[in-house]
Amino acid sequence: MSDLRELYQETILDHGKRPRHFEPMREAHHSADGHNPLCGDRITIYVRVEGDRIERVTFQGNGCAISMASASLMAEALTGRSLAEAERLFAAFHELVAGSGAPDEPVQLGKLHALAGVREFPVRVKCATLAWHTLHAALERAGQGGPVATTE
Amino acid sequence: MRARDLEPRASGRAPAPSHSVWRADFPIFEQAVHGRPLVYLDSAATTQKPRAVLAEIERYYARGCANVHRGLYALSAEATAAFEGVRAQVARFLGAASASEVVFTSGTTAAINLVAHAFGARFVRAGDEIVVTEMEHHSNLVPWQLLCARTGARLRVLPFDATGRLRIELLDALLGDRTRLVALTHTSNALGTRNPLPRVIAATRPRGIPVLVDAAQAMAHERVDVRALDCDLLAFSGHKAFGPTGVGVLYGKRALLEELPPFLAGGEMIERVRLESSTFKEPPHRFEAGTPNIAGVLGLGAALGWIERADLAAIGRHDDAVARYAAERLAALPRVRLVGTAENKGPIVSFTVEGVHPHDIAQWLDGAGIAVRAGHHCAQPAMDRLGLSSTVRASFACYNTSRDVDLLVDALRETIEVLG
Repeated sequence: MSDLRELYQETILDHGKRPRHFEPMREAHHSADGHNPLCGDRITIYVRVEGDRIERVTFQGNGCAISMASASLMAEALTGRSLAEAERLFAAFHELVAGSGAPDEPVQLGKLHALAGVREFPVRVKCATLAWHTLHAALERAGQGGPVATTE
Repeated sequence: MRARDLEPRASGRAPAPSHSVWRADFPIFEQAVHGRPLVYLDSAATTQKPRAVLAEIERYYARGCANVHRGLYALSAEATAAFEGVRAQVARFLGAASASEVVFTSGTTAAINLVAHAFGARFVRAGDEIVVTEMEHHSNLVPWQLLCARTGARLRVLPFDATGRLRIELLDALLGDRTRLVALTHTSNALGTRNPLPRVIAATRPRGIPVLVDAAQAMAHERVDVRALDCDLLAFSGHKAFGPTGVGVLYGKRALLEELPPFLAGGEMIERVRLESSTFKEPPHRFEAGTPNIAGVLGLGAALGWIERADLAAIGRHDDAVARYAAERLAALPRVRLVGTAENKGPIVSFTVEGVHPHDIAQWLDGAGIAVRAGHHCAQPAMDRLGLSSTVRASFACYNTSRDVDLLVDALRETIEVLG
């Protein structure tokens, strides 16, 4: 039960119930749809990039508390970051929730640490990383320019 | 199955059983999960196994292991006799006319795919139609979609209403000169609905349209008599009927099976093989290429034997009473909405909780040692129809009691407090 409390800590419940940046973005440069076929979670990520800097991230979708909170915290964490910083954050975050080593990373994860409890629940790793994978798909198009695109 | 078995059972008369006379036969309940006794409410996914099944599998591998239908030595002859003995046992269990109407497969999915290929190759052409229902498990939907894609046939779908009741009154309008087969589930794994199979078969019979029944969700709970029902084809899995995984049955009327070409080819299904061509055995062996799941078939035999001794009618009454109690208690919780409230239901209770995602509920319940399923239950079209992406599903079998329901309700109340 203590693992469960760790998984569903206050930050997660708060962001799961009241996700921040939860809206479509008309002025987005890029977007992608993410889908977890195992549990039916769906998410759309919108990104606005100026130069190599992420100006704004928003999302919409529905899913479990873990996937919604992860998307919300991700959107918060990425605002104002460079694309390279975003990549490093994703790598560090992935290590945090799915890695086998100590979750000690030189990269400062800040509030994203709230998702550390996912590590004890391998089935839920996909919930925590759905938003990040979807963002990745959206950013892969960043170099290619072009309007809103989807991965599916 | 007699027609009255498909009528709704009298409800709310007997108190929910707080004890199961069968539970002690299932060793899994001797262990704890997260330090608590296991509350297993996922029997629609797979049932637990009684000791008799485990003992038979152990006996075969420890003292009876040999391939079937091949050896001239005693061990192989004994294995063959036991294996074919289970075929006869399954035939008796289903009320089939003969053991030759029982084909062993790896499960319900394989049985339906076998029909989709063999029946499809023999009878389905461009412009023909296959009728399914909106509540089918993917395993009784996708094989027909693929058949339609291969042949140019068309899928027609019989819908269900807001309660999950099949809209049987629309069936006649769906049946036509091009209808080649009606394939539907006996009991919906996602909604719990028990379908009015006698009415379906009564509608198809005058037109000569064969009916395939997916009985995966029925076998652990009620008698299914293929001759009384008069279905043409029926599929079920051993592991949802207290048997092992990896074994299942396709029942087919002898005359129909004889019409069908082989599906999988290889050893055991042939009569005479030359380099250029071969001739094939009669059913059922025509459809059993390769070494079968011998231990699985023997385990299935042990499971059906256990069911016979346990008294299936008593099990059915018990399961329905526990499920009815669960539905009543869950419906009384604030923010809980039952999904699938048809009058005639199997022991499956699906529900959602306003503001809490099913996966979070299932995760929290697991912490209390309670195993439920959350998701689309491999029935996405049914979920789409209800505007849901997933539900929580509690499904019951003979080892469950009202105590399991009480623990579920208590834990769910806590879940809603914490996560809601």
